[in-house]
Amino acid sequence: MTARSQVPPTIRRGEVITVRLLIQHPMETGYRRDDTGDVIARNTIRTVRCLLAGREVFRADLSSGISANPYLQFPLRAEQSGVLEFSWIDDAEVQETHTQVLTVID
Amino acid sequence: MPGSPIRRRVLAGAAALAAWARTGGPRMLALAASPGVVSVAAPAGAQLAAGAAPGSTPANGAGLTDFLTHGRPVRVGRIKLDLPVLAENGNSVPMTVSVDSPMTERDYVRVIHLVSERNPVRLMASFFLGPYSGQAQIVSRVRLAGSQRVFALAEMSDETLWIGSADVVVTLSACIDES
Repeated sequence: MTARSQVPPTIRRGEVITVRLLIQHPMETGYRRDDTGDVIARNTIRTVRCLLAGREVFRADLSSGISANPYLQFPLRAEQSGVLEFSWIDDAEVQETHTQVLTVID
Repeated sequence: MPGSPIRRRVLAGAAALAAWARTGGPRMLALAASPGVVSVAAPAGAQLAAGAAPGSTPANGAGLTDFLTHGRPVRVGRIKLDLPVLAENGNSVPMTVSVDSPMTERDYVRVIHLVSERNPVRLMASFFLGPYSGQAQIVSRVRLAGSQRVFALAEMSDETLWIGSADVVVTLSACIDES
């Protein structure tokens, strides 16, 4: 498990909902040193994207100014059901994805 | 880890910098006064806002947000940045930013930038929104390397820029070395 997300269980068409996303990531600043005095390489998530049915509905560019295990809460006007696909890439070029089903009732 | 070689090196560096600052003029004195700032400044180098004391940036962000505004006019208002007045731990500070906008196809917030006065990386985050967002509010948790004024700059679909700020006192700064 590298991420968790949450959307309301019942959503009406056109309703503005709050999407919550929690990613497990150290967000290393690159300023810390380990016990032997070596610099711990910077490794922060650069970009988080959220797609709904293939269309981008949110994007965030992060840096070391965001806490470890970044938490993001953003709004979304739900017009259709679909799969919310979160994806992010960090400085180590590791890309991960997480999906969440969004169900809109009429 | 008192007495460790790294700690000694950091402290020796800080002392040397302080000594140099005393001879080098009053501008550096403010920086040298706090060991926390010295350790931030050492690896960060050029990215730290030069010379300005934390909290001294004007409400319109002049000087600090120039790298985002490129001389375009910035108005204070429409954007609200919520941070605790006192944060005990700079490693994780709850942050809410909201912009007064109808978020329609014709009038919406394009991006919200978070800018720190004192962090080694000045641009903390950028949040990209659109009419599909429905409202403009972002909640997250940020790192703060010391007490400072944090700015939120919103770029609207009509190209106007709006700015808001919040002053935070940080008891324990987001640590730079692990000691």
